Amino acid sequence: MTEELKTVTTLDLKGLVCPIPIVKVSQAIKQVQVGDLIEAFATDPGVLGDIPAWCKTSGNELVKMERVDKVFRFVVRRRV
Amino acid sequence: MESNNGTTLIVMSGEMDKLIAAFNIAIGAAAMGKETNMFFTFWGIKAIQKGTLTGKGLFGRMMGLLNRGGINVVGPSRFNFWGLGRWMFKQMMKNHHITPMPELLKMAKDLGVKLYPCQMSMEVMEIKREDLIDGVQESCGVAAMLEMSDRSKQTLFI
Repeated sequence: MTEELKTVTTLDLKGLVCPIPIVKVSQAIKQVQVGDLIEAFATDPGVLGDIPAWCKTSGNELVKMERVDKVFRFVVRRRV
Repeated sequence: MESNNGTTLIVMSGEMDKLIAAFNIAIGAAAMGKETNMFFTFWGIKAIQKGTLTGKGLFGRMMGLLNRGGINVVGPSRFNFWGLGRWMFKQMMKNHHITPMPELLKMAKDLGVKLYPCQMSMEVMEIKREDLIDGVQESCGVAAMLEMSDRSKQTLFI
């Protein structure tokens, strides 16, 4: 899948709770180029709602959101 | 009048639970790219005080003693039990890895949230500029706050 080829940053957000996951993602997204991907792992179930909402408001793209056991893995692409 | 998709929060409460909510919302808004302003009035000023003793006249100084300011000393709005509840909530937050209050405040400032003290509250409670922490904006009044609110997409009263 193309997402694996372009991932530039991986964030470990395990153990962090609201609002820290979106703070970390918003800071990380500024460090990458438009079009680049950020992959993150989190344990806070709040990310299920927070990350799509953050993408919508900040103008970035949610590429994937999946759950592996107790960990949520999501990929976002910088669009702005 | 230029409008943005920002968030204005009017923080009137000085209790731990309400301030956590206020800062969480402000931090979330700032992380989402919204221009975020917090207007601290009345009890809310406790959140941006250094913790020094305030007041000039008798009542001012009495108030300063009974109503100590500082982000780390505010108690919950219920079950405070003279500080025991506050300690308990802090332990619970620590066990669940919730960001402690002083760090929430710092994070808000780092993310560009603007903190405005209410001029009138400062005068009535005899709190001086030097009693406030660094990094807060110039104090202002209700008109300035309403103008911020006008430009924002959402205004919340806590």
